[in-house]
Amino acid sequence: MNTPFGTAPGVASRGRRYAGVQRIVGLLLMLFSLSMVPPLLISLYYDEGVGYAFLDSMWITLTTGAVIWWPVRHSRAELKIRDGFLVVVLFWAVLSAFGAIPFYVTNVGWPSYLDALFESVSGLTTTGATMIPSGLDKLPNAINYYRAQLHWLGGMGIIVLAVAILPMLGIGGMQLYKAETPGPMKNAKLTPRIAETARALWIVYLLLTICCGTAYWLAGMPVFDAVFHAMSTIATGGFSSHDASIGHFQSPLLEYIVMIFMLLGTINFATHFLVWRERNPLVYWRDSEARTCVALIIGFTTLISIPLFLAGTYPDTETGLRKALFHVISYGTTTGFSTADPSYWPSFAPVVLIMTGFMVGCAGSTSGGVKVVRLILFVKQAMREMRRLIHPNAELPIKLQGKVVPDSVVYAVGGFFSVYIGTTLILIVMMMATGLEPVRAFSAVAACITSAGPGLYELNSSMASISAPGKCILIFTMLLGRLEIFSLLIVFTPAFWRR
Amino acid sequence: MKIIILGAGQVGSTLAENLASEQNDVTVVDIKSAALSDLQERLDIRTVEGYASHPSVLRQAGADDADMIIAVTDSDETNMLACQIANTLFSTPTKIARVRAQDYLREERLFGPDALPVDMHISPEQLVTDYIRRLIAYPGALQVVDFADGKVRLVGVRAYYGGPLVSRQLKELPLHLPGIDARVAAIYRRGRAIIPEGNTVIEAEDEVFFIAASGHIARVIGELRREDKPVKRVMLAGGGNIGLRLARALENDNIQVKIVEKFRERARHLSEQLQRTIVLTGDAANESLLIEENIEDIDVFCAITNDDEANILSAMLAKRLGARKALCLINRLSYVELVEGGTIDIAISPQQSTVSALLSRVRRGDVVRVHSLRRGAAEAIEAIAHGDRHNSRVVGRKLEEIVLPPGCNIAAIVRGDKVIIAHHDTVIEAEDHVILFIVDKKRMKDVEKLFQVGFAFL
Repeated sequence: MNTPFGTAPGVASRGRRYAGVQRIVGLLLMLFSLSMVPPLLISLYYDEGVGYAFLDSMWITLTTGAVIWWPVRHSRAELKIRDGFLVVVLFWAVLSAFGAIPFYVTNVGWPSYLDALFESVSGLTTTGATMIPSGLDKLPNAINYYRAQLHWLGGMGIIVLAVAILPMLGIGGMQLYKAETPGPMKNAKLTPRIAETARALWIVYLLLTICCGTAYWLAGMPVFDAVFHAMSTIATGGFSSHDASIGHFQSPLLEYIVMIFMLLGTINFATHFLVWRERNPLVYWRDSEARTCVALIIGFTTLISIPLFLAGTYPDTETGLRKALFHVISYGTTTGFSTADPSYWPSFAPVVLIMTGFMVGCAGSTSGGVKVVRLILFVKQAMREMRRLIHPNAELPIKLQGKVVPDSVVYAVGGFFSVYIGTTLILIVMMMATGLEPVRAFSAVAACITSAGPGLYELNSSMASISAPGKCILIFTMLLGRLEIFSLLIVFTPAFWRR
Repeated sequence: MKIIILGAGQVGSTLAENLASEQNDVTVVDIKSAALSDLQERLDIRTVEGYASHPSVLRQAGADDADMIIAVTDSDETNMLACQIANTLFSTPTKIARVRAQDYLREERLFGPDALPVDMHISPEQLVTDYIRRLIAYPGALQVVDFADGKVRLVGVRAYYGGPLVSRQLKELPLHLPGIDARVAAIYRRGRAIIPEGNTVIEAEDEVFFIAASGHIARVIGELRREDKPVKRVMLAGGGNIGLRLARALENDNIQVKIVEKFRERARHLSEQLQRTIVLTGDAANESLLIEENIEDIDVFCAITNDDEANILSAMLAKRLGARKALCLINRLSYVELVEGGTIDIAISPQQSTVSALLSRVRRGDVVRVHSLRRGAAEAIEAIAHGDRHNSRVVGRKLEEIVLPPGCNIAAIVRGDKVIIAHHDTVIEAEDHVILFIVDKKRMKDVEKLFQVGFAFL
């Protein structure tokens, strides 16, 4: 349609095709530079002398953002669906690169830029695998806080945050939102406007984090640790400011509180929002995904407790059950906190624990993995095929909470499963090629693609011992897992770039 | 404003598009998920799949705190029932329903607070019929819209060689038409808007929008193109609801009408309903039928079937066979762009008129009438000025003192029964109806603000 004063937007000339993408990436980078302010203040407060790292990082990010944005600031080209993917992928890549600057500049534990990048990606994707084998307790508080903040920004998604506070993203916002949020069905909006929806999600996220921090503080954590772990827990990240993670506090009460909040972090935030709006906790029960998630946790805990009891790993029943439950929740919600080293648990326990990471997280939460709802649909699809063999002429729709799920969604889930499993296998082989032993390779890839964090054996506390090419592969794996594979892989297909 | 639209058909989706771009929270309800997901892709709205009149569906769509419900599904009954339910269960403040069937509309007592609680019922067929009727009344006009109950009309005309005012400056207009007050609100030259000044020269092929009292319209059109003969004979292709209403209305205006209807059953029904109209059974794109019925003597050919493509083709054919003027009903907006200005003289988009009628209810700041012009890109609105010189930005000021958003133009003022065509020294008084032309619809928000009584001025 012609606008009265000229040709319509969107009919941009060929050279300007990516102007809209460039403009948004520039803007988002400038926005991200603001996130250096809180750690800067913390550094000043504790007088640790690492403020320069955040200042450097801030002006580098701000200038780069401005340089990218300035030439196309007047562009009003609307984002097409494919541009949404490009923005999200570019932004996660660029953000990881710039997020690594403070780690690299301070040089308190990350000798190479690759290590710093790994830490930054691990933070943003809420994986929680660190590059520091020991000495987390001695890091400057500002740097430690910055690690938790990366988790927190990446948890709900910094692009969702941008959609919430920058209304100018407009319709394009929906494309970005869809490319970044996890889960198979993304059209269900909580409110009519996408910006409102994003805002609602962030408010819920913020409130949960505040509740979590307060609970930790009341349960005896120091203030700094409470803030740090609250951000890390609700984002289901897994960074800790202590080498011994939650085990550092030696408090069973605290462990139970951490379990509750990890669980809250893994439930769909849309469900949290509905609970809040309807003031009715029963909504959790009505959500079949949340119900299945809890059932899976109970099932896996039972499964893992059995070898623990038979081998007598822990002296009393309560400790054994608590450790099993804690780790199932921690690994399942892809947080990755620990109170023990499960690598040396007997029998199948360590491997099953790693596998929970694929299955327990819910769609629309901060967790990684395949997501419970996909698992439900996948199983229902399998059951349908079997029933079809018995009743060849039956109409067998797949239902979720009493509503029919469109077949297109079911097929998409099938496709996602096969690509997810295929990618995981290929990545494991690639990790083995870098010289890693098979079980360790599996645990490392699983930890990164599900964004759980800890691997097995020496990879449990830190990924520092992995070779440089291995780190590169794992960085890619973490981004793949966070963007749910398709959003990232699509950019590498020729069809994406064809006009 | 929180608005629920029931029905994602042509009117529903055009409305959603218009409203969503104006910062409203829009939720669209329909049973067809394909139509909804298509809308969801394009617009920043929420969609709910389900039966529009079911309370649970309405609740899911947020009826609890909705400000307005607009029921435009296919079924009159669903629309009316949805309004009733919204009123009873959710006490929704404003309820609008599309009601097509004449039978309901005839009963005045049916609609009201203690009967069917519908605040406004719109009948798209009636709107389109009125619209075509006005176009036939002014041969040469591209668009005619009413303000202040028809006292003032805004008319779009294409200027042609031979019009006395063509190739002349606008300030000569009073010399050409002594005693007639008219104001040119905007000129579109090759698709671009020009804000008219005294020394602007009208060129041939310009699309000129002017405003004048209803009685003077024909004279002004005569200045811009050679005077057209009044319409005597009209042929309608398609005897649907619009065809029937239009034929009835034109019969009253003493115009000879022929209707071409494809289905024999329907044609028989039409012939029973109408008095002097000749009803023909056959295909409107049948060359020999048109020639047989003296198409070369027809003044206006209106293609008004439900089928866009058939309308376009039959209108083109009629025009080639010698019809003086061809009108064509087109639902798809992209076709309207393609067709207008070519062989076919005027393309009418039915949802635009429906949307115009609805928009006036949604707008704030005492906007009483809104007309979409040029396929929705421009708008003409009628707003009431309230307050006094101290708390209003318009009242008590001369037009030249008022700071208007760019691309806006005050065209006329209606004070009581009097029509005042705007001049630079006209002073706006409280309760005046001010008619504005807005070249760029995006400025609508600024204009609404202009007419709100501001506390900042107190």
